[in-house]
Amino acid sequence: MTGETLLALLVCLPFLGSLAAAALLRTNSRVLAARMSGVVALAGLVMTAFLYPAVKRGPVRFEVEWLPQLGLDFTLRMDGLAWLFTMLITGIGLLVVVYARYYMSEEDPVPRFFSFLLAFMGSMLGIVLSGNIILLSVFWELTSIFSFLLISYWHHNAAARDGARMALTVTGIGGFCLLAGLLILGHIAGSYDLDAVLAAGDRIRAHPLYLTALVLILIGALTKSAQVPFHFWLPNAMAAPTPVSAYLHSATMVKAGVFLLVRLWPALSGTYEWFMLVGIAGISTLLLGAYFAMFQQDLKGLLAYSTISHLGLITTLLSLGSPVAAVAAIFHMMNHATFKCSLFMAAGIIDHETGTRDMRRLSGLLRYLPATGILAMVASAAMAGVPLLNGFISKEMFFAEAVETHADSFLDRILPYVATLAGAFSVAYSLRFIHVVFFGPPPVDLPKPEPHEPPRWMRFPVEFLVLACLVVGIIPGMSIGPFLHTAVVSVLGDRTPEYSLAVWHGINTPLIMSTIALVGGIALYAVLKDYLARCDDGPPLFRHLRGQRIFERVLVTVSWKWARWLESRLGTRNLQPQLRLVATAGLLAGVVPLYISGFSPRPPAFGEVDPVFAAIWLVGSVCAVGAAYQAKYHRLAALVLLGGAGISTCITFVWLSAPDLAITQLLVEIVTTVLILLGLRWLPKRSEKVDNSVALAARGRRFRDFLLAVGCGIGMFVFAYAIMKQPVPDAIASYFLERAYSEGGGRNVVNVILVDFRGFDTMGEICVLGIVALTVFALLRRFRPAPDSIEKPEQQLIQNAFDAERPERSAGDTVRDYLLVPSVIMQWMFPVVITFAVYIFMRGHDLPGGGFAAGITMAIAFLLQYLAGGVRWAEDRLRVLPLRWMGTGLLLAVATGVGAWLLGYPFLTSHARYVDLPLIGKAPVASALLFDLGVFSLVVGATVLILIALAHQSIRTHRVRAIEASKAEEA
Amino acid sequence: MEFVLALAIGIMTGSGVWLILRPRTYQVIIGLSLMSYAVNLFIFGVGGVKSNAAPLLGEGVDIAALADPVPQSLVLTAIVIGFATTALFLVVLLAARGLTGTDHVDGREQPK
Repeated sequence: MTGETLLALLVCLPFLGSLAAAALLRTNSRVLAARMSGVVALAGLVMTAFLYPAVKRGPVRFEVEWLPQLGLDFTLRMDGLAWLFTMLITGIGLLVVVYARYYMSEEDPVPRFFSFLLAFMGSMLGIVLSGNIILLSVFWELTSIFSFLLISYWHHNAAARDGARMALTVTGIGGFCLLAGLLILGHIAGSYDLDAVLAAGDRIRAHPLYLTALVLILIGALTKSAQVPFHFWLPNAMAAPTPVSAYLHSATMVKAGVFLLVRLWPALSGTYEWFMLVGIAGISTLLLGAYFAMFQQDLKGLLAYSTISHLGLITTLLSLGSPVAAVAAIFHMMNHATFKCSLFMAAGIIDHETGTRDMRRLSGLLRYLPATGILAMVASAAMAGVPLLNGFISKEMFFAEAVETHADSFLDRILPYVATLAGAFSVAYSLRFIHVVFFGPPPVDLPKPEPHEPPRWMRFPVEFLVLACLVVGIIPGMSIGPFLHTAVVSVLGDRTPEYSLAVWHGINTPLIMSTIALVGGIALYAVLKDYLARCDDGPPLFRHLRGQRIFERVLVTVSWKWARWLESRLGTRNLQPQLRLVATAGLLAGVVPLYISGFSPRPPAFGEVDPVFAAIWLVGSVCAVGAAYQAKYHRLAALVLLGGAGISTCITFVWLSAPDLAITQLLVEIVTTVLILLGLRWLPKRSEKVDNSVALAARGRRFRDFLLAVGCGIGMFVFAYAIMKQPVPDAIASYFLERAYSEGGGRNVVNVILVDFRGFDTMGEICVLGIVALTVFALLRRFRPAPDSIEKPEQQLIQNAFDAERPERSAGDTVRDYLLVPSVIMQWMFPVVITFAVYIFMRGHDLPGGGFAAGITMAIAFLLQYLAGGVRWAEDRLRVLPLRWMGTGLLLAVATGVGAWLLGYPFLTSHARYVDLPLIGKAPVASALLFDLGVFSLVVGATVLILIALAHQSIRTHRVRAIEASKAEEA
Repeated sequence: MEFVLALAIGIMTGSGVWLILRPRTYQVIIGLSLMSYAVNLFIFGVGGVKSNAAPLLGEGVDIAALADPVPQSLVLTAIVIGFATTALFLVVLLAARGLTGTDHVDGREQPK
């Protein structure tokens, strides 16, 4: 297997594993999901190890085009730095899986946990392996999301939910800024490819947008790595299960921010802005984190603030811009991951065995947990920077760099003192962790009274990591040395400095600083010990300044108060102002550009007006205005007038050489009118007398609407006239005209366009029609008429009263006899209309007609039967299954398209030829005809479904009435 | 010809806009129908207004003299979709009327 394939597999495998783990949710077996996750992590680890020889020679790349027109490719790229991080992610991932297997309780939905954990692992691998900066930001967001899901894993716990939300909000905002910053970066570099960006470092630093890009990217990186002032989310994220804290919030995810700084170090660093921004964030985080950590009472809280502080240390190193500092930063990332992860796991064991993490309640645990205690002590010593442990070496490097002045500024001058002070703090909190938890009198009043050592394999990950701390601490050059060197070379290239990982450098300034920190830290703890044993959670002074509360308040203000205020000022729930706004905007959008470009309307030429055409539109216009005038009180009249305007439109289509449109318009006109007629019955009665006292404000509103309507009308008139007087450029019409017969096999170009050239559009269109019909059907299933519409219509009441008066007639006779002659004619027309529909359909390809028109005609044939005999009569004799019609139609249309595939052509390619049919003569047989048949069938089904669903409502109310009547009788 | 057609489009648009700004659902549905006539005619008119032009291909018909088929096919589908939206809106209107007891567009009568 080549390196490229391995690389792709490496990123995909955890996601596949995540899906598989999700599939195990029903089994509720924690062993199965854990084993599978372990196998995935192990496979990742092995694959990464295999890739090392290739990586050592140079970056391994895997590329797939994704959206090349946007410069966005799915590029994976593994160089030394990415390799080191991949080892870290998969290796610690494996240990965390082993640990979590024993940590998670039977009651928890364990497969869900492992599913999220694996998905997180995949996203994290994606970040470090992305070779495209946009892809990187995609994976970046994914880690935020899975971190959210993992923190809120115990979602019944309010603290977990709040912590998760806060982490998501902070890192999400950061991720958004990061994306913006990376877009600017890519814009400056001219490519989103990571190698291109890194190579364009000089151009980027000289660009005027450099500072913008830098600030945005830094917001992204600093939020993710919990740097001051964005640090507050990390302690709140400690509500997550401890394996999550160990994995995400110490070893991997929080490292993503500093990883990004290292990754972009060649492109961004070295400027004064970089030094100031990164430096201030790093130094303040280093100091404040360590200071806060001393005063925590929660074990995980202490570790969280210590993590913040150590990340600040890494950030500070990166701010310096010197290559040796970058080496130290990369080295410390690895060291911190090993000792902090093991400490989190140890804290988890303590929590698991004693039931509490409060340091005021814990003490003297060494007699119960001797092995865990010793492991925690070694790891704490590494955290404090005690010699012969890995933390010591990187801390020495940090001190050495802190002493060396790189730019003559205030920050530089204070750095050595800050570094020593933070070192002393870190010694103090490490010491406190060990002393309070493991020494002193036996604990009293523990939630779980008899703590004992955890299962063998739960302790194994801690043992392994502590061993790593020792090995790296004692023989750094022989253990991590070569790998670190590969990583450093991949970042620094030619600028790789001379550095030494030796444990002993002789007595020099860093060693003296370390000694001061060690002694100072012990002294500090001795002084503070008694105060710490009883004080509240959090450091003095800062205790009351709760980041969480400030955050919540800001969130409420922005997302609730401001949003509400804006909504109340700018929003409306009423339709009329909204439509008024739309109409005004439309009018302005038309008028303003024309006015600016100096448009002057063309004077009308009256000589060319055809009197007959003018007369048609005189009628049409009167109808339109009449409909507008009557629509409130005389709905039927308005409907008739609307039909008048429709007929004028229809005649216009005939007049202007568009017979297809005329046919379709006429048929649709019929169906629409019937549809609205069916609906009229359910509308409330309204007579003009009801509200004749119109308020002045209402008159003002009407006048304003009137002006707006007149303005829109005049605008459309001028615009339409101007545009129709323009000569028509020959765009694509002649293309269709020339090819309609030779390629589409039809003389009716409109139909050929619909079913052949643009067949895919038509397919989308019939889908819309089908969806609308189903929606109508669904809406009407739950239809409840208003109380005042349930009564029978007035006319029927009169007719029934007439029947009731006469002994020879029974109720309902008159209703049945009403319009008897037309209904008989309508019944007899059934076969005629169907024949007509078939005729329109068959001629469609060559003469006006086609699937749409034929479908509506067919629907009208059914409709007439309903009109003639009523719903019950029609359904006793005729089973129309609109859903079948629709389904058949869609399937037929799709099958025609797929048929072209089978013959090796693109979807919906049509084939046409003429066939001699007996009796009928020469008939066109195109595969487009089959498609048109699908259109036809769907149109029939959809139209009939809509109309029948509406018509059925009158029967349903009969039923409602019958039920009510029977209830009344029973009572 | 163009003048009359443009005037007709203008009048129907104006009537339609007036109606969609009214408070009753039925007025809005009539208004939308009128506007869809206007818009269909407008799209159709953009392709050039030709009367007495041959709409179909045949022997000896000059292609340049034919009516433009592209706006026609656009409008043809627009007519059918227009029917569908009218139907949908009508049903929403009826359902809203049944649920809220009023045919005001906001689902409740405006306070006087």
